Amino acid sequence: MANRITLNMITQRSIEEGVAMEKGKTTPEYFEACSIIEMHDDDVKALGLVPNQLVRVTSECGSVVVKAVKGRQSLYPGLAFIPQGVWANQVVPPRTQATGEPQYSGFPATVEPVNGERRKSALELVQGAVGLWRGDQ
Amino acid sequence: MPKKVENVGCPYCGVCCDDLVVTVSDDGKKILEVENACAIGNQIFHHATGGERIRLPRLRQPDGSYKDISYDEAVDYAAKVLHNAKKPLIYGFGSTNCEGMAAAAKVAEKAGAVLDNCASICHGSSFLAIFDNGYPSCTLGETKNRADVIVYWGANPAHAHPRHMSRYSIFPRGFFTGKGHKSRKIIVIDPRHTDTAQVADIYLQVKQGYDYDLFNAFRTAARGHEIPKEVAGIKREQILEVVEIMKKARFGTIFYGMGLCHSDGRNHNVDIAISLTRDLNDFTKWTIMAMRGHYNITGPGAVWSWQYGYPYCLDLTKKDIAYMNPGETSSVDLAMRDEVDAFFNVGTDAGAHFPIEAVKHLKKHPWITVDPNICMASEISDLHIPVGIVGVEVPGIVYRMDNVPIQYRKVIDPPEGVISDEELFERIHKRLCELEAEEAAKGQVKAVPEGIRAESEP
Repeated sequence: MANRITLNMITQRSIEEGVAMEKGKTTPEYFEACSIIEMHDDDVKALGLVPNQLVRVTSECGSVVVKAVKGRQSLYPGLAFIPQGVWANQVVPPRTQATGEPQYSGFPATVEPVNGERRKSALELVQGAVGLWRGDQ
Repeated sequence: MPKKVENVGCPYCGVCCDDLVVTVSDDGKKILEVENACAIGNQIFHHATGGERIRLPRLRQPDGSYKDISYDEAVDYAAKVLHNAKKPLIYGFGSTNCEGMAAAAKVAEKAGAVLDNCASICHGSSFLAIFDNGYPSCTLGETKNRADVIVYWGANPAHAHPRHMSRYSIFPRGFFTGKGHKSRKIIVIDPRHTDTAQVADIYLQVKQGYDYDLFNAFRTAARGHEIPKEVAGIKREQILEVVEIMKKARFGTIFYGMGLCHSDGRNHNVDIAISLTRDLNDFTKWTIMAMRGHYNITGPGAVWSWQYGYPYCLDLTKKDIAYMNPGETSSVDLAMRDEVDAFFNVGTDAGAHFPIEAVKHLKKHPWITVDPNICMASEISDLHIPVGIVGVEVPGIVYRMDNVPIQYRKVIDPPEGVISDEELFERIHKRLCELEAEEAAKGQVKAVPEGIRAESEP
């Protein structure tokens, strides 16, 4: 069992994210739709994760805690998916290959189980990044 | 008595469904029911009248809280930010009408701003490829009425364009496609076995980031040359099978999405997709179409190309000379290099959808959000100006993903006092002109570097 593994990360839309986004990005629905990661069963086993365990995802430019869930849309081993949105963009590299488009899909990220940590809310992540977070509001 | 409004356009995705039926309460203030919309479109309409809306602009206070201010004060603040900035960035426009985009462009030109839209982080790569290689495309109607082979490559409409398959590609019975789904072959190519792949006749699980290689193999095979035993995780036999289906099609369309534009290769992936489409036209009729995301994200490309000759990443800092160079004048690159000193987030949410590093850079300077709703951008802004929701409270022209313009209607009035994007930008433009005139009267006209004005200008 590995303490951490490096996976190839992709971030794209999910319909749950789309519906929750239109309801509001501060809603519990958006939180549950987007603060998750999907992986192949082999990688889940390699990390020794139990269902819905929290993991830390770290890329070249950041880190975020999300919940490892079993998705409906299957991936092959080594590929991981976080729905587009606030949590994904904590780790998406801003490099654009001179096109303007960040590396939303296909960047290396390490995944490791965490204990005693929690998923941060969307507001905490974004306001926290720019010094505006004033605690739970 | 509740009123039913028919043929309503949906302000969600690039499919621009225009067959919605919306039931409005007898006082015209509440949306009671939405028929025909997908789960996301449905949410947009219900959200408009379902909860509390922001009714006045909000200005950030020194203690970090927001204070309500009047529209006149907000217009004055926004105009002064633009006037004082050396290189402001006005970005967004995924969710507004063409009238609002044209008005914003007037403001950008007057302020000497960079004007960019969400394509910058979405289908901008497609523009680059289309400039290089052309766009053998069609309308969605032609696909519906003629296509017997459909390819979704790096696109997942089941999640991102929920009614695309039922309205235009897989399921509808068209003029020459009377048997609907039964008469069509569906090919899905994606690293994930998506919900779209569930309805495919053939699914190819391409290795992520190797789309270019697979397109290349398709082109090579279509020309009758040898290909390796396996390319991008796909067996040679499968590639040959799909190529044969493509060559024998009566009419085919490749719909591609962010799987190509967000991965390594970006515009080169789209470029070779276009080349494959052109190659296939040696055998039969093939077309290609970008799965544009928001309902009117095709709009700014159309409006600004008409106004300035370029669809996005428009540098108007020289005011009368438009310049475009993605990588240099694109929003995320400008942010990461700290080259802009004010940010307007319009009808989008850069706070949620830009990489957080880019957000941090932009937040070093004044940040103004123009959006009907509370979003991440509004919650980190210095000023949030609410506007009416296009397609629900504000009518206007939008461009569908196949570049077909559609007149959207409104079904209810915006909350009392809330204005449209177009009116807001017209008022900001007027105030900018006043500020310029005031400075000119004082003899403090902004210096314009020599050599950038047309010689005929005095």
